[in-house]
Amino acid sequence: MVDSLLSIQALSKSFGGLRAVQNVSLEVPKGSLTALIGPNGAGKTTLFALMSGFLTPDSGAVRFDGHDITGRAPHLNARQGMTRTFQIVQPFATQTVRENIAVGAHLHLKDRRSALAQAEEVAARVGLSAQLDKPASDLTVAGRKRLELARALATRPRLLLLDEVLAGLNPQEIAEMIPVVRGIAQGGVTVLMIEHVMQAVMNLAEHVWVLAQGQLIAQGTPGVVTADEKVVEAYLGHGTAARLRAAAQAGAAA
Amino acid sequence: MRSSMKELVGIMVFVALVACVPLVTESGVLLNFVMMALYATLLAQAWNILGGFGGQFSFGHALFFGTGAYIQAIVQLQGGLNAWTALGLAVVGSAGVGVFVGALSFRYGLKGSYFALVTLAFAEVFRILALSVPFTGAGVGLMLPLQESFANMQFGSRKGYIYVVLGFVAAALLVTWWLKNSRFGAYLQAVRDNEDAARAIGVSPFGVKLGAIALSAGFMGAGGAFYVQVFQYIDPSIAYGAHTSVEALVAAIVGGLGTLWGPVLGAVVLHVLADITRNLFGELPGINMVIYGVVLVAIVMFMPRGIGGLRATVQSVWRGLRQKNGGRRG
Repeated sequence: MVDSLLSIQALSKSFGGLRAVQNVSLEVPKGSLTALIGPNGAGKTTLFALMSGFLTPDSGAVRFDGHDITGRAPHLNARQGMTRTFQIVQPFATQTVRENIAVGAHLHLKDRRSALAQAEEVAARVGLSAQLDKPASDLTVAGRKRLELARALATRPRLLLLDEVLAGLNPQEIAEMIPVVRGIAQGGVTVLMIEHVMQAVMNLAEHVWVLAQGQLIAQGTPGVVTADEKVVEAYLGHGTAARLRAAAQAGAAA
Repeated sequence: MRSSMKELVGIMVFVALVACVPLVTESGVLLNFVMMALYATLLAQAWNILGGFGGQFSFGHALFFGTGAYIQAIVQLQGGLNAWTALGLAVVGSAGVGVFVGALSFRYGLKGSYFALVTLAFAEVFRILALSVPFTGAGVGLMLPLQESFANMQFGSRKGYIYVVLGFVAAALLVTWWLKNSRFGAYLQAVRDNEDAARAIGVSPFGVKLGAIALSAGFMGAGGAFYVQVFQYIDPSIAYGAHTSVEALVAAIVGGLGTLWGPVLGAVVLHVLADITRNLFGELPGINMVIYGVVLVAIVMFMPRGIGGLRATVQSVWRGLRQKNGGRRG
């Protein structure tokens, strides 16, 4: 068994009558690049919030690097090396790109000048160098996604939870972003990403978990899960797999 | 030269210039104006630390002002200590009240209008307490005996007071400068702009906001202590009334939130405005508050970044116009 950096056991969370996450367990190996996928409303972002401490689970446990961190505040988790990004980007809008990234860099650097200098290095890694002195509110969607990534990277995380960094980007922007994410993982950061863009998941992830209606329904390599009938049905509706199979057979017979 | 160094030099030049005023003039009107403008600047800067940099809008900063004022008076009258010791206690005591109110409000995540209402309510509670308990002199108030001496921090002319309040303003300017150039300041502004994003990258909003309210309340308490030294009198409605809270926040907003010079500009402009209205409308009570209201509405509508941000506002409007015209041409 490989060393796991993050391990969650039987995690559940309900909001009133809605069981957003039910009895989910998974292990994220150290140094891996993995993905969490699933249809809209499956509970992926809730699961991220439970892992990073933004929400406290009703039951179950979260362990990070061997320590029980269930329900621990997000800023403490960030100090231990687990940082998340947000699906809906959350820039510090009144501040420049450089200042935004520097806030992340301050986690390890007290001195303002060193943090600002570090911000420049991180910006270069995600391709934001040209925008350093722009106000964050002036960035395009793609730029804001990069900023979200840069700010998290500046905290020097060991585990990076990326919540749909590719959503809302056009195909060219996605193609530009994929190597950035791969570069981060190759730099030694363990990455778990929520992603809808299958091209990216197939391209990047070593292992994929599929969440539907709060439950883990499949896991494995991207090839295995996309061929899984349960996964197809979760995305396209009950009975789809059978109809697709019938259509394929009819096509082959003809 | 780096911009942060330029600002530091600017602060020194400003303080040096104001320090020269008492040396070159004997005009009582002018000296009084300078003293009151500096005093208003101090309150505005105090409010700006929490409201401008921290984004926590307090409607009850009189809470800290009044606490500072009462501590200053009571320590001298009943404790028999000298005015400078009292001043230290006033600053620490007000900061302590700030931490108490902050801990209660921020622990439960009160933000925006809820935080504003809680501070307003606390100021009101303290006003009623001050009216009821004996050691504040209840409704009669407290009067400091007039004894001019340095130890009593009482001076024959406004000049001495100008140097005292200038010292506070200089300290507040330096703290503001530090907010713009330090990790604590960066964290405070990050929390103001987006609390969740800040938490995700290791910032504790509770700790940061608590630090800001302590600083802000400490300076406000110094303002209250200074008031008692100048006017030698304090009562519950002066100490905890809404007037001081409004004066502090209006000057900060009018001048430009979260900036170094905004509160200075705002306080001076409002003081000039108040003097003009007083001369035009005689001693109509409260007319300056009406004018404040109108000015505040106008500033918020037309200059969202305040007077200090006027250049940036004009620039962005100009950019917007140019883009529009460019768009038409293209």
